[in-house]
This record gives sequence, structure tokens and C-alpha cells, in this order.
Amino acid sequence: MSTLNIFVAGLSLVCATACGSAQAALKVLACEPEWAALTQELGGDLVDVSSATTALQDPHQIQAKPSLIARVRNANLIVCTGAELEIGWLPALLQQAGNSKVQVGQPGNFAAADFVRKLDVPTQLDRSQGDVHAAGNPHIQTDPRNIAAVAVALTARLRLVDAGHAAQYSERYAQFDKRWQQSMARWAVLAAPLKGTSVVSQHNGFVYLYEWLGLKEVAVLEPKPGVEPTASHLQQVLATVKATPARMVIYAAYQDPRPSDWLSKNANVIAVKVPFTVGGSDGAKDIFSLFDDTLARLNAGLVSK
Amino acid sequence: MRQKFISLIGFTIATGAPLCTFAEPSAVSSAASVSPAIAPAEISALKQEIQAIRTAYEARLQALELRLKIAEMAVLPAANNAASASAAAPIAALSIPSASAANTTDTAASGASRSGANAFNPAISLILSGVYTNTAKDPAAYAITGFSLPTSAEIGPGKRGFSLAETELGLNASIDPWLRGATTISLHPDNAVSVEEAFVQSTALGNGFTAKAGRFFSGVGYLNDHHSHTWDFVDNPLAYQALLGTQYGDDGVQLRWLAPTELFLEFGAELGSGRGFPGGDGGGSGRNGAGMRALYTHAGGDVGDSHSWRAGVSILNAKSSEQSLTTADSQGNHIDSVFNGNTRVWMSDFVWKWAPNGNATRTNFKLQGEYLRSTKDGNTSYGGLSRQQQATQSGWYLQSIVQFAPGWRFGLRTEQLNAGKFDVDSTALPFALSSAATNYRPRKDSVMLDFSASEFSRFRLQFARDRAREGVIDNQLFLQYQMSLGAHGAHNY
Repeated sequence: MSTLNIFVAGLSLVCATACGSAQAALKVLACEPEWAALTQELGGDLVDVSSATTALQDPHQIQAKPSLIARVRNANLIVCTGAELEIGWLPALLQQAGNSKVQVGQPGNFAAADFVRKLDVPTQLDRSQGDVHAAGNPHIQTDPRNIAAVAVALTARLRLVDAGHAAQYSERYAQFDKRWQQSMARWAVLAAPLKGTSVVSQHNGFVYLYEWLGLKEVAVLEPKPGVEPTASHLQQVLATVKATPARMVIYAAYQDPRPSDWLSKNANVIAVKVPFTVGGSDGAKDIFSLFDDTLARLNAGLVSK
Repeated sequence: MRQKFISLIGFTIATGAPLCTFAEPSAVSSAASVSPAIAPAEISALKQEIQAIRTAYEARLQALELRLKIAEMAVLPAANNAASASAAAPIAALSIPSASAANTTDTAASGASRSGANAFNPAISLILSGVYTNTAKDPAAYAITGFSLPTSAEIGPGKRGFSLAETELGLNASIDPWLRGATTISLHPDNAVSVEEAFVQSTALGNGFTAKAGRFFSGVGYLNDHHSHTWDFVDNPLAYQALLGTQYGDDGVQLRWLAPTELFLEFGAELGSGRGFPGGDGGGSGRNGAGMRALYTHAGGDVGDSHSWRAGVSILNAKSSEQSLTTADSQGNHIDSVFNGNTRVWMSDFVWKWAPNGNATRTNFKLQGEYLRSTKDGNTSYGGLSRQQQATQSGWYLQSIVQFAPGWRFGLRTEQLNAGKFDVDSTALPFALSSAATNYRPRKDSVMLDFSASEFSRFRLQFARDRAREGVIDNQLFLQYQMSLGAHGAHNY
């Protein structure tokens, strides 16, 4: 059977070029850029990290692309948000990747949201409420206290998956934690003027940010989570904002700026784009500058006329 | 109560930290000056503040506990030993939350869904679909000129007027740490039930291998393993209808291997019963060997952030014995025949997708095409005559879908078939079975517009100009809805 021969020849050719080159560094695939950045801080040159998505992509709606299947196949560890954020694409990747190490329940499958207290946990699970997540709001990365909690758990996981370098991971964690605590003290000072400010959100993706900073959400531009803003709903929001004035309308880098811009034009509200994750703005280069840049932008929104 | 509250704040201050935003002196003094004449609004504000402190404190405490555990692990000399299972166990307990551990941190809503007898129920999803069809020509007389198909083949536009399309019930769950199982049960509008898919799949083979057994759609081509609710048009392309019986599903085994490369490179092999067209076993007694063998390979990747692609080549080999086929000549007369032999279908497929910066939420574009080539080698009998035959038939389609606004998509599809040369060793066979004489190329053009209010609902309008029958132009209009209920399924590329 000639076709079988060609097939087998193809297999062996691929293996000859790829099977031999074993990588020393732990291959980590992060589902979102913030976890790639955190893993990079905690793993340094012990890890070879990449992110499946960018800050300009909506993490709810990612295609299970062939390139992602190939990257899941080659990963020793995947670091994702969990809490159903990746439910529309990650299961498809896991089923096709043929990688037993990163299946759910294995040490190679890390879900950050498992290690933080989640907000917005719905009391009623019904799609009439839009794209709700049973486990709670998955956008946990906007609060640096959550990053601190995830860093602890991720260090434990790196130590487990790459046990040969366990001591180095603990060392790196100690350094990271020291820097993180210093940064959080700095951010607490920067955040003080923001406390109590009324804001409008484009998507309900900032609850953790608001809880951290003490911001008050008076309205959301999306009529239901994950549903595009409609003209009639925007009018409602405008009425709300006239009754309860808000200082800023906040949207993430991956979102369409038009609904926020519209509100900004029609009400005395400043539209503020926040990076939302690493790479969402020029300033948000790593997990530290993500928060520096977010606070700088919010403070700029607070003082701008 | 007040004392406890103050000591709580004292603790958060003592732990040092980012909670200072919540534990400001003003909070303490306002709590301390509570008078009996306090306003209800103030009480609720105080309650909220206490709640905020409590939750922040819990989160902080959790983090501290975890850090303590890390510190303890670092002290344990055995923790550095990769081979030590006893050391790994407690770390695993910390790192991988079990369902019971998750219950303690989650609220009642999600906790309740995980408890009780239904805790291990599979994920259930339901697809509801219905269609209104308007055709210029009677669908009952539908045929594809030059292509003989089983009488049960689902070709053409279906019933006229309002009709329910297939209702699909899907269930899937992990079976154990090594296997998962899934089934799709199809409820037909005529109240018949069929098992569309029912398979077990390995999750723990590793090294890029995945094995599957049971009933499943073959991995050949691009569109073949896509469920009908993920199609971009109401119907499958003519080439699939004419050469694969709409969609090739079989009972058998599948092994797939993914190469350890940056480039997506997948190889698959399948063995099956060959129960469906282009295979078929009219005798019904089955055979010990495999009636279907398939091999395929797919490659894919990205070009920058905005472009992704996949392309592949497949071959499917199916055996037929006493396979009853039918076609119609240009006058609409049915011509029945029986085929014994082999059919080999070659397929090549490609799909290219574009979305600005890879963000497909607002706008995106997809271009997709497949070419199928089928070679029959065997014996056809008609009206008592039996002749050796060799025939090569082919077909292709090309389609593009553009999402021009959130929720709105527009699509075009063009397709053509070639009934090919029927190298029959006889002039006694009827004209339609040796359609080479006419050289007619069945073709069809479709245009569609659909709207999705959310990820879970879709409404579609489709118009097709169908020239599958020689000398007949059929204008077809479809109005369709597709709804997805229950578990959020992950869709393939």
C-alpha cells in the first residue's frame, strides 16, 4: 500500500527533525498575556513562556486555531485564568493536542481563578442574563492582590512540574514578592485619589479593579455581559449618568472604543482606555508596569477636563 | 461586636499591607461613634464596609496561608527531590484544587450544583433548529445528474414550507482519568432518533496521540467533522452530498498524532465498518475486516496575529457490497442499480481566516475550499445486466464568509461537480448511468446573511440557485434558526 508508505515516511521525517531537539527550559503556554508575564517573572530563564492570546483579543472569543493546538501539544504547563473564561476554545485545544500533561486535573493545568476569591458569582444561572460565568467574574487580573495570591500558587505549581529547579523557583518567588509588596505600597498611594470615584464600564470586566481602588460603577454600556451595546441601552445609560454623574467611562484595550467615545461625547464623562492586560498599551510592558500604567491612565482621567 | 470589628482592623493593619485602603482611621472612628439614633442608610453603609474588610481580610489570610505552605515546602529537603512521591503529594494537594476544596471558597450557587446525586452528570447541550424552505421545483424529484446515491441519502433542499430541522442532544464528560466520552443524539423531524456520534476518546496517551473508538464523523477533509449547527450555510456543499453522502460518519477506530513542531502537523488514520455511503453493505451481514480505511494529514499555522490557515489532504477507501443506488435521468425517471466494489475518495482542503489583530469579535473573514475526487472500481448491475465499471467523479466548492458588524455575517458559495467518465464495459446501461455522453456539470451558487444576537442564537437567510439537475434551474430560499442551549460547547477551528 503505497499511500501508507508515504504516510509512514512523512511521520519519520517529521520526527527526525523535531523529536530530537529536547528543550531544557520548561515550556509554558499562558492563555492570557498577564499570566505569561507573571510566569516570566517567577520562572526567569528556567521557563520558555508564550501567550496564546494578545491584549488586543477578546479572551472570551478565541478561535481554537491550529497554531494553538500545536502549542498546547508542546507545553509542559498551561497557565490559564479558568472560571470559564476560556470555555469556548481551551477544551477544543486540549481534546486535540494529545498532551496528557496539561489536561484538566493534571499538574500541568493551572487555573489562576482557583486561587482567588471571586466576585460577581451569579445567584441565578440563566443565559437570559447574558454570558454569565457560573464560577464568578473571571477578569481577576485587574487587582494586584489577586496577582499576589496567584503568584504563590503558581510558584508551588512550577516547583511541582519542574521539581529539579524547585529551590530556584522559591528564591525567585521571594524576590518577586518583595518587589510586589513594594509596588503595592506605591500603588496604594497612587490609588488614594481615585477612591469613591463614580465610573461607567463598557463590559463588566473591572469588578476586581473597582474593589481594589474603591471605584463605584454606576452603569455598564453592555446591556448584558457579552452583548454589544445597543442604541436604546446607551440612551438608558445616558439618562443614568445624567441622574448619577460619573467621572469616567472605562474600556479595555481589546474593546471597540466607539460606545465609550459616544458616552464621552454626550455626557460630561472622560473615556479612559485601560490596558486590561500586559501589552494593552505601550506602557503596560510587564506585570508591574501593567498596574503603573492603569493607575496613570485613571489618574489622568480624574484630573483631565 | 464592636470590639471584634476593631480587633479585625487591628489585625489587617498588623499584617501590613495593601488592605490599608480599607482600614483607614476614618472607618474606625465612624464605627466607634455609633449612636442609637443612627440612620438606616448609614447602617447599611457600615455593613458594606465590614463586608469589604472581611472579604479583603479573608483573601489576605488565604494568601498568607499559601505563602506559609510554600515556606514549609522550601524547608522540606525532600521537596527538592523530583522522584519523591511522598513529597509531591502535599504540594499537589495545595496546587490542584479538588472539587471539594473549591466548594469551600465558592458560594452556594456553584457549590450546590456540585453536590448531590447529579454532581457527575455529563455536560448537556441541546441544539434547536428549524427552517422555512421555498423552492421553485418539487424537492421530491431532486437528483444530482450523473451521480448515483443510496435512496436514503439526504440530498437537496429537504421539505418545502415550515419544518423542524434536526434537534441535536449532546452529552459529554470525562469517564475516568484516561478517557472521555461524548455522544450526539439526533432527533429527526419525523420523530425518528439516530445516534449521530457516540465515542470514547483517550486523554492520557500523551506524546501527541489521541485515540477514538465508537461512532464518529471521520476527520477527512475540513467540513466533514463539523456538526451541522456550525456550518456556514443551511446545507452541505454538493460535493459532500454527491461523493460522501453529505457527511461521512462511521463505526470504528481512529488514531491521530500531532507532530511536536511549531507548525500544526496532524496525521490521522481510521478503520471503520464502511456502513455509510460511499461504502455500504446491502447484504446486512457485515464483514469481519474493515469496510473503510482513511488516512489524512493536516497542516496549519498563523501568519502574524491576524491570519491563520489550515490545509490538508485525505484519502478514504470504502467497500461496497450489494449497495443499492439510485439516480434520475433528465426526465425525472428513477434508475436503480446495485454496486459491488471499492470507492476511493481523495480530498484536499484549505481554510484561511483573517481577523484584525486576531480579534474576531467585530469583523472577520474566512475563505474556504475543498476538492473531492472519487474513483469507483467494481461491478454495477442494472436490470439483470452486470458490468465491470471504473468511474472517476469529482467536485469542488469555494466559499467566503465576512462578518461586517458584530453579529452580522454575509457569505457566498459557489460549487460544481463533474460526473466524469463512466468507463462502462457496455452500452446496455441506461443513459443516466453513463452520463459522460451529456457532459453535464451540476452546479450551484448560494448567498447567505445571518445574524447572531449572542453566541447562542443565529438566524439565517439563504438563497441558492441550484442547477444539480440537467435542464432544471431551482431557486431555493431558506429561512433558518439555530439555537444552542445548555453547556457552552467549544468549537473547532
